[in-house]
Amino acid sequence: MTFDKEYFNIGYLDRLSYRDTVIHRLDSRAKVIATTIFIITVISYPKYEVISLVPFFIFPVLLITLSDTPFKFVLKKILVVSPFAVFIGIFNPLFDTRTVTLAHNALISAGWISLLSIMMKFALTISAAILLVATTSFPGVCNALQRLGIPAPFTSQLFFLYRYIFVLMEEAMRIVRARDLRSFGNRGTGIKVFARLIGILLVRTFERAERIYEAMLSRGFGGNMPSMRQFRFTISDAVFVFLTMAFFFALRFYNITEMIGRLIQGITV
Amino acid sequence: MSHHLVVFDSVFFCYPDGTEAIKGVSFRITHGESVGIVGANGAGKSTLLMHMNGYLIPMKGSVIIGDLYLDKKTRQEIRKKVGVVFQNPDDQLFMPTVFDDVAFGPLNLGMSEEKVRERVDEVLKTVGCLSLKDKPPHHLSAGQKSAVAIASVIAMRPDILVMDEPASNLDPRSRRQLINLLREFEHTKVIASHDLDMILDVCKRCIVIKEGRVVADGPADRILSDRVQLEENNLELPLSLQRL
Repeated sequence: MTFDKEYFNIGYLDRLSYRDTVIHRLDSRAKVIATTIFIITVISYPKYEVISLVPFFIFPVLLITLSDTPFKFVLKKILVVSPFAVFIGIFNPLFDTRTVTLAHNALISAGWISLLSIMMKFALTISAAILLVATTSFPGVCNALQRLGIPAPFTSQLFFLYRYIFVLMEEAMRIVRARDLRSFGNRGTGIKVFARLIGILLVRTFERAERIYEAMLSRGFGGNMPSMRQFRFTISDAVFVFLTMAFFFALRFYNITEMIGRLIQGITV
Repeated sequence: MSHHLVVFDSVFFCYPDGTEAIKGVSFRITHGESVGIVGANGAGKSTLLMHMNGYLIPMKGSVIIGDLYLDKKTRQEIRKKVGVVFQNPDDQLFMPTVFDDVAFGPLNLGMSEEKVRERVDEVLKTVGCLSLKDKPPHHLSAGQKSAVAIASVIAMRPDILVMDEPASNLDPRSRRQLINLLREFEHTKVIASHDLDMILDVCKRCIVIKEGRVVADGPADRILSDRVQLEENNLELPLSLQRL
């Protein structure tokens, strides 16, 4: 059952955020701002852009090295979600058959280039998002969002999502186990039974929600999630945000790759 | 001290599906008493407890907590006085970290952040979980979860502590630690449980509920040694009394 394995994987992402490195120590708001700007900059490139996206990989690679996050883990996560991006771009080579010339007079249809561009943008944005959570922890991100002025109803939803995804998964795991233990061969594992299991899970979730609400009320919940100021935005956070922003803008508005290429050519020629 | 009174006066409650869960329950618990509530499954124990913090409001009869008569207007005040520890700690611990969870109640009471920090450290020390402060609840063991659940309630300094099956899912050692912890509290305590040995250890008084009615109310050692009555209620003699 791969379910169990996936479950422990989520826990792993959680444990990564307990580490103590330069990146982990940054204020979570600084990281949220930097990541958001990174993602916006990356997706702002036109659809045939490939070369200019390459330098952006410096950002996730730098984060991985500085935060001591296992590279393999990030890569795996990207692969797991990649089907979504592939399905978005897979038809581009079929529909967009205009040919373009590459170096050495090789011909290629523009669709392949836009597919490559989509895949690169996808890898960049997803790795940035994974690294944000791995270095900040999910509640840290929620807290940052709250401090940045996102309305409480949204952030508290995220808090609860994070807290109860584990409980819900355990519940699902138990139901699936109970089914597997009493179904032999293929009997009992069909879609009909599955639909009922989902139904039971939903009903149990409602009941749990009611009990949680009761627990919240009995501890004086009045509609607002209280939170405490645990973070301080220091000079190093400001420097981090400023540097990353300057770096992204420089990449976006000056053709750095070409400049570097010219420079190297100038040296070699 | 009439402040920490719990008075039920012929309380009647019926669920929307027509189940008559409580049919005229009356008792009076005074300051500092520790009371065990026992009875068969479905006897109405949990429904009874839900009246103590105003989650349910009696359909007939009245509930008085401290000097307040329970109704929709007073239940906010009553919730500040009555701390309820629920059976399943996963329902009780809903915040992302242990610290946030224990701080939830005190922050809702409007305490200053500095005081909240002090309070959290203090109650986590009381239940022996200070080292778990920054952990997320889903990484704790069942015993740790229930200890933190109790901490999250006593952090509000309630006058009355109400617990529903606090020792279920605990291993014997965690259960023993819980019992020792409960014996230290000077609050008024109301504990519903099937763990009669725990009731015998923690409570001086015991109320037996059967089909929504009080069938016995008196000193715990007398009631819990009455084999006939216990067996009528799907219960049996506490293990510690069986050996005698």
